[in-house]
Amino acid sequence: MKDMITIHVEDLKGVVHTVEAPTDMGLSLMEAMKANELPVKAMCGGMAMCASCNIILQSDHELPEMGEAEEEMLDEAMVLNIEGSRLSCQIKVTENLDGLRVKLGALTDPEA
Amino acid sequence: MIETDIIIIGAGPVGMFTVFEAGLIKLKCHLIDALPQPGGQLAEIYPKKPIYDIPGYPSVLAGDLITNLMKQIEPFKPGFTLGERAETIKKLEDGRFLVTTSRGTKHAAPVIAIAGGLGCFEPRKPELENLEKFEDHGVDYIIRDPEVYRNKKIVISGGGDSALDWTNYLVDVASEVTLVHRRKAFRGALDSVEKVQHLAENGRIKLRTMSEVTELHGNGVLSGVAITDLEKNEVINVDAENFIPLFGLSPKLGPIKDWGLNLNKESIAVNTFDYSTNVPGIYAIGDINDYPGKLRLILCGFHEATLMVQSAYKHIYPEKNLVLKYTTVSGVNGFEG
Repeated sequence: MKDMITIHVEDLKGVVHTVEAPTDMGLSLMEAMKANELPVKAMCGGMAMCASCNIILQSDHELPEMGEAEEEMLDEAMVLNIEGSRLSCQIKVTENLDGLRVKLGALTDPEA
Repeated sequence: MIETDIIIIGAGPVGMFTVFEAGLIKLKCHLIDALPQPGGQLAEIYPKKPIYDIPGYPSVLAGDLITNLMKQIEPFKPGFTLGERAETIKKLEDGRFLVTTSRGTKHAAPVIAIAGGLGCFEPRKPELENLEKFEDHGVDYIIRDPEVYRNKKIVISGGGDSALDWTNYLVDVASEVTLVHRRKAFRGALDSVEKVQHLAENGRIKLRTMSEVTELHGNGVLSGVAITDLEKNEVINVDAENFIPLFGLSPKLGPIKDWGLNLNKESIAVNTFDYSTNVPGIYAIGDINDYPGKLRLILCGFHEATLMVQSAYKHIYPEKNLVLKYTTVSGVNGFEG
């Protein structure tokens, strides 16, 4: 079992940050990004209630299926139709996400 | 002009508790918030979510915590300027600060406490042609005074708690309420969803799910909207004097960054001795501030508010000594109404 996985996150300026995240702390992808000081607003703290942790999947990793709350929030925030659009707070950091590549959505930037 | 001892910018839980701690040492407070009700994101974003880390409460709903805080600060008779964003801070000749809001309301005080959380919430707007033209002429994103809709035909859009709650409330105020939602299911609390469905079944509101408002009609002021059924791809026109899109709010730091305060990314840098900023007399507490070891928790904001008012007192009355009093001994002596 792998304790640490590597994730590549492209910020809104196009800069790719490579960060490590532990798989044994029950972290969400949003929390792992915040722990590495990536610019993710994540206003509601991880309740799928704000969409300010929106990411767009760039690699062909299989993400856990979207729950109803996540789908509705993405829809309300008008980003559901973007291919690969997800709420990073609803994605647990697990071993099979090693090498994941994501792009931050525009909603993660508080001043955008 | 409103005059007080401490102007609190942001009426979330931390701003509210500041009123209590300030009141114990006989300082009066006035709260300003861009939202039309106190409570910040607890009231606006997650009122029905339980919080488990408030000391003494194994579990408390965010909305209930705000109701309780309102009760707790009631003896200290705080003033409120709600639904207005604090825009500018100016120093007056007598050393006090002047805070002016987006609607021009002026407030003066020797101390400002910024408890602005994540900044001020701005409504998420639907993409509609001519939307801005109808703002304040029939299109509202925030409900400041429900009486505005008395005997009006209104269309509400959205699927979250605020769309549901306002539909349930305005059914008794407006003459006709249509609720439009892009999806079948609603995102709000179950009892609010059931209420809305019940109203629809009894013909008291018109419920249009899998639908979207796609056009605004009117000559200067709104007179109707077009609603598109996304499944059947049919368009119907509905008379409406008001269209209220409730698609949630997103926070912006807003004018805070123009107040000459030292910032650390999106937060205000403070001294942990008393949560003072680089401007004497201006403090920052709660989620808006930053210092080494900062944790964005409500309970930490309460602590910051408590220490901050002690320093605020010394700023206002440099010659006086403050003695710590316990509420168990002295009780809570409020201000006369």
